[in-house]
Amino acid sequence: MRKNLTQKTILIIAVLAICVLGITGIPSGFSPAALKQSILNRIHLGLDLKGGTHLILQVMVNEAVGITTDSDAAHIQQDLASNGITLPPNSVVKPDPKNHPEVIQINNAPPDRSGDISSVLNSRYGQQYDIASGANNTWTLTMKPTAEADLKKRALDQSIEVIRQRVDSLGVSEPVVQEYNLGSYQILVELPGIDDPARVKDVIQSTARLEIHLVLGGPYSSEADALQQIGGSVPYDAELLPTAPGVSQSGGISWYEVRRTAEVGGTDIRSARVGSNTNTNEPEVEFFLTTAAGDHFAEFTGANKGKPLAVILDNKVQEVANIRDQIRDQGTISGGAMTEQQANDLAMLLNTGSLPASLHYLQESTIGPSLGADSIRQGVMAAIIGMLAVMIFMLIYYKGAGINADLALFLNLVILLGFMGYTQSVLTLPGIAGVILTVGMGVDSNVLIFERIREELRAGKSPAAAVDQGFAHAWTTILDTHVTTVVAAAILFLFGTGPVKGFAVTLTAGLCANLFTAVFVSRVIFDAHLNKKLRGEPISI
Amino acid sequence: MEFFGQPKIDWLGKKWYFLGFSLIFSVSGILSLLFWHHLPLDVDFTGGTVVRVKLAQKPDIGRLRSAAEAAGLKDAPVVTYGPAVNNEVIITLPEKETSEAALDAGRAAIVSALTTRYSETGKANAGSGKLDLDNAGRGTLIDWLTKQDPEHLGTSDAATQRYTQQADAILHYRDTDHSGLIDSISALSSVADPAVVKDLEQNAYLSGFAVRNVEIVGPQVGTQLKHQALAATLYSLAGMLIYLWFRFELIYGVAAVVAVFHDTLITVGAFSLKNQEISLTVIAAILTLIGYSMNDTIVVFDRIRENLRLSRREKLADLVNRSINQTLSRTVLTSGLTFLTVLSLYVFGGEVLRGFSFALVIGILIGTYSSIAVAAPMLVAYQDWRARRGKGAALPTGRRSR
Repeated sequence: MRKNLTQKTILIIAVLAICVLGITGIPSGFSPAALKQSILNRIHLGLDLKGGTHLILQVMVNEAVGITTDSDAAHIQQDLASNGITLPPNSVVKPDPKNHPEVIQINNAPPDRSGDISSVLNSRYGQQYDIASGANNTWTLTMKPTAEADLKKRALDQSIEVIRQRVDSLGVSEPVVQEYNLGSYQILVELPGIDDPARVKDVIQSTARLEIHLVLGGPYSSEADALQQIGGSVPYDAELLPTAPGVSQSGGISWYEVRRTAEVGGTDIRSARVGSNTNTNEPEVEFFLTTAAGDHFAEFTGANKGKPLAVILDNKVQEVANIRDQIRDQGTISGGAMTEQQANDLAMLLNTGSLPASLHYLQESTIGPSLGADSIRQGVMAAIIGMLAVMIFMLIYYKGAGINADLALFLNLVILLGFMGYTQSVLTLPGIAGVILTVGMGVDSNVLIFERIREELRAGKSPAAAVDQGFAHAWTTILDTHVTTVVAAAILFLFGTGPVKGFAVTLTAGLCANLFTAVFVSRVIFDAHLNKKLRGEPISI
Repeated sequence: MEFFGQPKIDWLGKKWYFLGFSLIFSVSGILSLLFWHHLPLDVDFTGGTVVRVKLAQKPDIGRLRSAAEAAGLKDAPVVTYGPAVNNEVIITLPEKETSEAALDAGRAAIVSALTTRYSETGKANAGSGKLDLDNAGRGTLIDWLTKQDPEHLGTSDAATQRYTQQADAILHYRDTDHSGLIDSISALSSVADPAVVKDLEQNAYLSGFAVRNVEIVGPQVGTQLKHQALAATLYSLAGMLIYLWFRFELIYGVAAVVAVFHDTLITVGAFSLKNQEISLTVIAAILTLIGYSMNDTIVVFDRIRENLRLSRREKLADLVNRSINQTLSRTVLTSGLTFLTVLSLYVFGGEVLRGFSFALVIGILIGTYSSIAVAAPMLVAYQDWRARRGKGAALPTGRRSR
């Protein structure tokens, strides 16, 4: 009984062609080098094969919350005052700024004005805060959980965007910047080809938060000295900040007392560029403010002529100067023994925008390019040897049918690589291991079928019937075994990091391809073989 | 060719031997976990800094240790890594010394210690403005060549392109062909222009060590990963149990999960005995072998279920024996073939995958064994237990299965 195999054969050849195309793309030439290049264009190598740096950063989102509540707290006192409710200084505080930055407390509230206080607070802050009055004439504002979560998410998204821009402007090819570990505000950064991450890390991590504050006191020679001079404790609306290294005249580090709220903050800076100081010829950075910020700054400087201003970068005082004239919308940062490269980096940081909160490194992994090359070589060698071992064994043990299995195996590999080429998936070292494992597990299906065929032949059935029965009985078991391994791989994909994900992908894709090759393609080859034989003539198995 | 004609081995009769064998391995594994090597964890889970360095000559561990100590890194273990011919060492800074704030400082300290205190040429040349050719990154090398301009090409785009090409050729020689270290600068004349080589001979040196890779893991990430790994394993087992319950019956699921648990325990014990570190990829291997062991067990269970349907009055023990014998050929062959591929990975796959392939090598052997020696006997034992308590057969013969 001849079977019509033409349609099936065409399907198999079509799949083969499509997958080969997936691997090489449209090759520009047929020399080995050109082919290798087109393959590498389609199948991307993971960081562990290419070499590069992998970083995981934690965004300190509590800082972002703290900054918002700081600024709100400063405005509350003003708002109440402009409604006729005057509070003594330092009445609006944050009781626990470190652990609970989202809580603001108002002390010394006049009990007879509760109604007014409540309406003022609710109208201005009711949307973002839960407002409650408490004992001893206090009021407490707690940021609503939804508002807080929103703020944190925005801080994360903004950080990702800023890092991406900074990494791009450093000229890293194919970088990866994305959220990591959903819900924990972490960022994954992958920089292929970077084997000295020090400079990149500095650039990424710098908050470049540029602010200008009014100076209230200083310079003091140390933090302890400063505390002593201002009366033992820092008032609520002020803070003590050190100078950046190299800034202080006396050498070493001086401390200044500055007003806590900034007159000019990060988002007020429109752009920045490198210039050089006309007097000293040293590099300096000029920055330009937005119009709105410019207006406020002009008003402020106009009202505070003669008083000192501090330019603060990342919570360190970079420069202190007296206000001579009203300044509208530009300023410069200089000093601190800034080199040309530092000035360039700083201008770039100011231009890409500041980070809304600081970043801490949780993990760093650097693979040198030599290790990557070695890994590829070893992985490919193991794969080839493993595959040859299996193919030779199948030939010896199953004779003619072994050729069948080997062809199916080869096609399996081609489909797997084609799939990877089309989906642009990344090949990692465990991914290569996954390919090797696919070979071993995939041939299992063939073994299952062939053993069943042998059993049926032993029971006396004709070759055609035996092949039929063999495939029929084996199908459910093959499906079962593939499902269990694929389930394990799916869990790995969900829980794993980059290299492990690569392994899960190659294993799953390989096993799915195996369902096609071991069952459909093998069957077609068997049938084609049977077509050529006479009825009842034995097959080689 | 056929290995197994018609085997008629009494598997269940040997169950006490199997039990003994399993006990020996599990108990020795557990003892090692508790008292000997404990659970060797990779830096992924423990946190800390690990720097892997390749040296031009056989590493002098004593000198390396004193170099590290002199740089202020107390108690930094230095051990050789991989086959001796590679001349590689691993320097570790434990987690308590790697605070989040100083995450990077450890690595910098190690590199500086190696340059200024271990490497002879490093000691002589560090800080002299010469380039360390063994450790130069791509960007650094291109910048250097462009600045030195040995071929007097000026500063045009074409000049940068030329030097980039030269740098790439040199780096390919160093990294792809020679695993990261250059024997002598004059050897570069086979890949780079003579003017460039001459300039490098005068103005660059070979420190004789190269950092192959660096892993710095903060304590927070380590704990996170531990939880994730545990969660993944438990979810896998639960998923398998549910799947088997659905396809077969609960007792099959329980028997399979017990077998898989036995496999995992012995594999982890083997890691402890060999003092092989467990990393994230090893967890991936363990999850894979859970899937694989399930595979194997399902094949036997499938046959048992089929025979239950067909047979009329056979004792369960005999039926199970027969089922195992019928599937023996297939089981041993598949495991054998998968074992071949995994063995190839273990022998040829390199150091990075060593833990991964070790887990698979052990796992596949034990996985096959457990389907026959643990899962199947459990079915019979359960039926006998029910019979003793007066209940009916849990797996009666002749009934229609789903």
